[in-house]
Amino acid sequence: MSALLEVRDLSVVFDGFRAIDGVDFTVREGELRFLIGPNGAGKTTLIDIITGLTRPTTGTVSFDGQSLAGKREHERVRLGIGRTFQTSVVFEELTVLENLDLAASFRRPLLSLLARRNGVSETVQRALETTGLTELAARKAGVLSHGQRQWLEIGMLIAQGPRLLLLDEPVAGMSGDERSRTGELLTSIAKDHTVIVIEHDMEFLRRYASQVTVLHEGKVLMEGSVEEVRADPRVQEVYLGRAREEAAHDVVS
Amino acid sequence: MTAVLEKKPVQVAPKEPRRWKGAALFAAVAVVALVVMPLVLEPFRLGLLAKYLCYAIVALGIGLAWGQGGMLTLGQGVFFGLGGYAMGMYLKLNDAGGDLPDFMVWSGVEQLPALWAPFRNPVLALAMVVLVPLVVAALLGTLVFRQRVRGAYFAILTQALAAAMVILLVGQQGLTGGTNGLTNFFDFFGNDISAESTQRGLYLTVAIVLGVLYLAAWQLVRSRFGRLLLAVRDGEDRVRFLGYNPATVKTITFTISAVMAGIAGALFVPVVGIISPALLGVVPSLELVVAVAVGGRFALAGAVLGAVVMGYAKTYFSEELPDAWLYLQGALFILVMTLAPKGIVGVAGALRDRFRKEAAA
Repeated sequence: MSALLEVRDLSVVFDGFRAIDGVDFTVREGELRFLIGPNGAGKTTLIDIITGLTRPTTGTVSFDGQSLAGKREHERVRLGIGRTFQTSVVFEELTVLENLDLAASFRRPLLSLLARRNGVSETVQRALETTGLTELAARKAGVLSHGQRQWLEIGMLIAQGPRLLLLDEPVAGMSGDERSRTGELLTSIAKDHTVIVIEHDMEFLRRYASQVTVLHEGKVLMEGSVEEVRADPRVQEVYLGRAREEAAHDVVS
Repeated sequence: MTAVLEKKPVQVAPKEPRRWKGAALFAAVAVVALVVMPLVLEPFRLGLLAKYLCYAIVALGIGLAWGQGGMLTLGQGVFFGLGGYAMGMYLKLNDAGGDLPDFMVWSGVEQLPALWAPFRNPVLALAMVVLVPLVVAALLGTLVFRQRVRGAYFAILTQALAAAMVILLVGQQGLTGGTNGLTNFFDFFGNDISAESTQRGLYLTVAIVLGVLYLAAWQLVRSRFGRLLLAVRDGEDRVRFLGYNPATVKTITFTISAVMAGIAGALFVPVVGIISPALLGVVPSLELVVAVAVGGRFALAGAVLGAVVMGYAKTYFSEELPDAWLYLQGALFILVMTLAPKGIVGVAGALRDRFRKEAAA
């Protein structure tokens, strides 16, 4: 399998603070990769750089062998990189269906957008079913619960048909039930997509993660399977910091 | 992912009756505007209504740009003026025959300025009515929206543009007629411009143009592009991550609104008989934004209604209580923005819902 995403020697400096400091990061086609690390480790910044929201100070990001330097956000989406945000942003004035339809339509020529939506396209139908939002299709996105919004975001991402999905804390603030539904959603998406997920929740990680990259103070601390990462003393030291005793207990049990 | 795709029809609330109602309302308004008004109103009042409908065309553009697209444009007077002057220049040259327009003679201009030459040709002049606002707005939009200038900064920029336009026009006395603008028109495409029949024809033209543009804007709002425009208004940064360039969406919409203002300006000139800097500066531009807010900026009908209502209010109060109008206008704007942000249309909708609830209870 070839590398879909290659990040080389990446650094970004905000007012003298090195948020990302010499990161090398490679994700192969078809991988489900989790990105963890304590607050301020640079996880979201790394995603922001990959998607074009933040410009790196040094280093390169290439996608499918093509350098992303100088590409604007929407151009990267057109190459096949999609993302969600920590706090979900859906369009509240539009219905669930319209949100998904908009996400699915960006490849259409601009002039054809002047036509009204005619029925429900197959892509949108599939996104509705995958996320279980079919019943809510005609409702305005503004009335959705927090969990439903996150699913709508993921559904919009699926409707975009990207090759690489970047999910920023998809289960933050969700109830237990919603978490396991999202986890199932994730594993089903990961079957035929390349996915990178930022997640804090160790429990969630243990259940769904395969490969994990640990970031700490802007650097890659280690990469490996969930077991390797959980067994590594450095990870326990930095990532589980304050809750060290609990973590030690957790590893033992 | 689901292996077998069942083609379940998605439940969408029945929309047919509402669409039918909208079409019926549009037809009713059209009949009133095209048949009843010309019969009922005396020529002077019909002329006033024609003027308000010209403003309503500008308001429709503001409704698109501001209400749907979130671009608060405080300088639509610029495009109104560009269209108006294009028409005025043609009419002046047409009246002058082969000579110079009267005001140029008074200013001591001896040769027709090159800028005026294309406006001898009526077809070219009419094309300019659309093309000049289109090109100016497209250029401005491309520059401004690419740089992600928005919100208050965009509003201030458009207002500054309106102020600059006035200074430019006033400063070039020999070229533009200065403060007086362009006036004293006699002939309008072979008709006496002040004749009752010409004015009635002009009124009907304005009403039809407004109706056609309204339907076009309606289609735009209902289309995928319209959904995208709302999305840009509510979350421009998110739209980028859906693979669209918000700058393109905004530029197109802003340009459409500018072209509408240009067409309105061109119709305004033969209806009112003058185009001058006072008609397109900061104050008239702002007055129209206030009118759109009062009518209801989130609905296209609100924008049109606001322009007509505020036009009548201005005339009424200027006739009865000349000093009160400015204060009333300001107070109305504050009231609408604080208490009824959806304007007259919003208040009407809320009342209708309440009656329905009471009827149901």
